[in-house]
Amino acid sequence: MSEYIDDLDAGPGVGLVEKRFFSFGSADEPLVLESGRSLGPVTLAFETCGTLNEARDNAVLVCHALTGDSHVAGRYHQDDPKPGWWDIMVGPGRPIDTDKYFVICSNVLGGCMGSTGPTSLDPAEDSRQGTPYGTRFPVVTIGDMVRCQRRLIDHLGIERLLAVAGGSVGGMQVLEWSVRYPERVCAALPLATTSKHSAQAIAFNEVARQAIMADPAWMGGDYHATGRPEHGLAVARMIGHITYLSDQSMRDKFDRRLQDRCELSFDFEADFQVESYLRYQGNKFVNRFDANSFLYLTKAADYFNLENQHGDGSLVAAFAKARCRYLVVSFTSDWLYPTYQSRDMVKAMKKNGLDVSFCEIEAPWGHDAFLLPNARLDALISGFLGRVKEQCAAGECDAVGTGGTGAGCAPAGTGGCHAL
Amino acid sequence: MRFDLQVIASWIEPGARVLDLGCRTGSLLDHLRREKSIRGTGIEIDEQAAGEAIAKGLSVIHGDIYEEIGDYPDSAFDQVILSQTLQQVHDPARLIRDMLRVGRRCIVSFPNFTHIGNRMQMFFTGRAPVSRELPYQWYDTPNIRVIPITDFRRFCRDIGVPIVREVAISTHHHDTRGRVITVLPNLLATFGIFMLGRHDQANETPGS
Repeated sequence: MSEYIDDLDAGPGVGLVEKRFFSFGSADEPLVLESGRSLGPVTLAFETCGTLNEARDNAVLVCHALTGDSHVAGRYHQDDPKPGWWDIMVGPGRPIDTDKYFVICSNVLGGCMGSTGPTSLDPAEDSRQGTPYGTRFPVVTIGDMVRCQRRLIDHLGIERLLAVAGGSVGGMQVLEWSVRYPERVCAALPLATTSKHSAQAIAFNEVARQAIMADPAWMGGDYHATGRPEHGLAVARMIGHITYLSDQSMRDKFDRRLQDRCELSFDFEADFQVESYLRYQGNKFVNRFDANSFLYLTKAADYFNLENQHGDGSLVAAFAKARCRYLVVSFTSDWLYPTYQSRDMVKAMKKNGLDVSFCEIEAPWGHDAFLLPNARLDALISGFLGRVKEQCAAGECDAVGTGGTGAGCAPAGTGGCHAL
Repeated sequence: MRFDLQVIASWIEPGARVLDLGCRTGSLLDHLRREKSIRGTGIEIDEQAAGEAIAKGLSVIHGDIYEEIGDYPDSAFDQVILSQTLQQVHDPARLIRDMLRVGRRCIVSFPNFTHIGNRMQMFFTGRAPVSRELPYQWYDTPNIRVIPITDFRRFCRDIGVPIVREVAISTHHHDTRGRVITVLPNLLATFGIFMLGRHDQANETPGS
């Protein structure tokens, strides 16, 4: 569920990247969502780095977290102040090495960074036409997001992804990919994530949504002409930020230190550094994110339930559909998606005889840890991906039940429309 | 690679499915993967060691062997290895039964407590033995049991687990060279290595 981390620049990475767009479907041939409602046409914003090889078998799909975007690495312009959100992980010589892998990242359905979402214009043929969807946008699920990503992968002419990787809500998409399209994924890296939200995680999201909806400026979602619910969205962001940190990281970072003063103010100014930090994060977020989109994306995360969707209530049955290798990673201080949730997934994978590696990394920074520099995480990801690449090159794409011979990685032999 | 691990490796069939309990950084699994094309999985409780093993491209689960072994389906593996860890195990009978549930066979190795060096130390100094194989003082040892080879054989008989194969070796803990002890192993060997089978497989030839 985490976000941008500021001030991390690992030097020259993938260089300049470009945001591109892929559209599919139409009002006549819409995407039918899991809710039963229809949506069409649909546009995804996406970016790629690295080069797709001849065999088209080196593609790694990176899925972003709750409020992330397609800008995973590199810069749009030479003088951009900061690179993409996972620039420390994706680039030449970095763990997801763009000298070896072709990296794809798309903004999720329901987002507000270029993909179709509640800020998109409603194509309905009535008086609403030409105004943003707002809350008339249908509720989307993680499954819907992944189905759209699959259309993008088809469009890029990629038969089988070498790996799908992502943390937090991105990790949910990774899990969904691995059981929804088992024949199209060689390896999955769900990081700092869960197969379903705990009541606590839903509770925090609900408070965040209520903060937005309680803002008078929200206007039932139709605020585009009247001004955005900035206070509500900022408070929602502040709540989110608390869940991304940990008791220890807050103590280390702020403790009870005062902000720009040496005495308590005895009013409602931001006395403490932690208050000032949250206000800053909240206000900064308002400039880049849409309040309705926040509602939709948190709802999608709350609805995600891999075992109900794919296993009739059994996580073991859900993973019975999977064929890929897994690298599951959790962090000791992540209390949003605690380690027990990752262990539950690993347990279900093992019961299905799946090839799984798991590591709980000792880290004090809370849920955000997966976005911060971490030598252990780097080594895990690069070692795991290297092995998967070797195995797939040897024709062992399926990781289970094949005795190592695998079903083979069929290259995308058909012409199709390749937009590269 | 350590001599005791070389012996264990020599007992593994090519292409076997192997579970290594307490695999540390995965040197045995890595060797078996390269030399015998096995399909290996490791379990390791130490984050650093487990992390290094995964970084080598091995399939390793960071966790506790007692908890992790329970999740595997019956006969998920051909061989389950417990190398030099038995002396730290709380309930050896339960663990060995679990190993033989998830694997057709298991391999167990441990330092032989009644090695002549230990006996001499106890006899002449009257103190708890500290050796290269068991290099701990009584107050800082992770080991909770002492295991003579003779007692281990008796233990296997008592819990009804057939010994399919055994060898006693003499080697330093980290030595890459050593030798097999055939005469008076309970006195002269530093390590015992046993392959155990299920009751119904007792008469099969090893690795069949």
